[in-house]
Amino acid sequence: MATVVTVTSGKGGVGKTTSSAAIAAGLAQAGHRTVVIDFDVGLRNLDLIMGVERRVVFDFVSVISGEATLNQALIQDKRLENLSILAASQTKDKDALTEAGVGQILDELAELGFEYIVCDSPAGIERGATMALHFADHAVIVTNPEVSSVRDSDRILGILQSKSKRAKEGGKVHEHLLITRYDPVRVENGEMLSKEDVCDILAVKLIGVIPESKAVLRASNTGVPVILDKDSDAGLAYSDSVARFLGEDRPMQFVIPRKQGLLSRILGGGD
Amino acid sequence: MALFGLFFGKKKTSAAAAKERLQILISHERQNRQGPDFLPDLQRDILDVVKKYVAIRDDHVSVRLDRAGDASVLELNVTLPEK
Repeated sequence: MATVVTVTSGKGGVGKTTSSAAIAAGLAQAGHRTVVIDFDVGLRNLDLIMGVERRVVFDFVSVISGEATLNQALIQDKRLENLSILAASQTKDKDALTEAGVGQILDELAELGFEYIVCDSPAGIERGATMALHFADHAVIVTNPEVSSVRDSDRILGILQSKSKRAKEGGKVHEHLLITRYDPVRVENGEMLSKEDVCDILAVKLIGVIPESKAVLRASNTGVPVILDKDSDAGLAYSDSVARFLGEDRPMQFVIPRKQGLLSRILGGGD
Repeated sequence: MALFGLFFGKKKTSAAAAKERLQILISHERQNRQGPDFLPDLQRDILDVVKKYVAIRDDHVSVRLDRAGDASVLELNVTLPEK
């Protein structure tokens, strides 16, 4: 049985695709056969973040419509042998994602031996997003410490709890909160919601806090999942988050302001 | 800074304002979505029936479902206009 992990948020631009790429790469690094699927039909971007944009021939929709086989459409990652990518279609209509079609592909991926199927949900609550939510066993809710993002995350939680396959069958989707673009200095100054605030409001277990980091743009510039940047704060924070997802207990890093030395304080240094 | 705040009475931070606004809004939105799917349809149908006999506005009918223990109470409120 494969486990479906849906990365979702409601609001756009909070870091879903960055997180999907990082989580999928992290699971693959931990030795699990993983596939990451872009559900954003019409606006694909996961291929770019994963650095495989020039290798896309067939996509998710072409497999559903029978134009290609799953093996033809799957792109094998060149850095991690356990990782494959399934791109979204650029041209097709999002209505091409049918419940039966998506369900069948997920089943086939499980038969191919994938242990984790990471679904990169589009923003909003339209077809692509509801499809990705529908099949979730686990949901990673990506939230910025900012009012509109928190509100949208709560709406997504409502959908997960009422409309997902698991909910309809009387079960529950495992929910994990991932806070991104966190700035501990601003939190300390009372200018940004703290991780405790966001957890209180949404009542979901925190799986990780990713600091606002230059490494994220650097990673997307070069098409490398940021988790592979082992020297970066964001990369390390994602590694910790994936380890927690897999059941490890790790302390949160980068959640308190870095102590500034006396000299840099006087000179007003730091980035 | 903390000591300063202690003496001079700290101004409420913007993060505290954000949390307060979100808590109020989200508890309200959660209440709304807890109702079963048919409530809006039921409200519309009842409104149509009442409208046949009395001229009322849309916001004159409210339908609420409350849960108490293992029973649910459907509360229907129709405000009739004064003659």
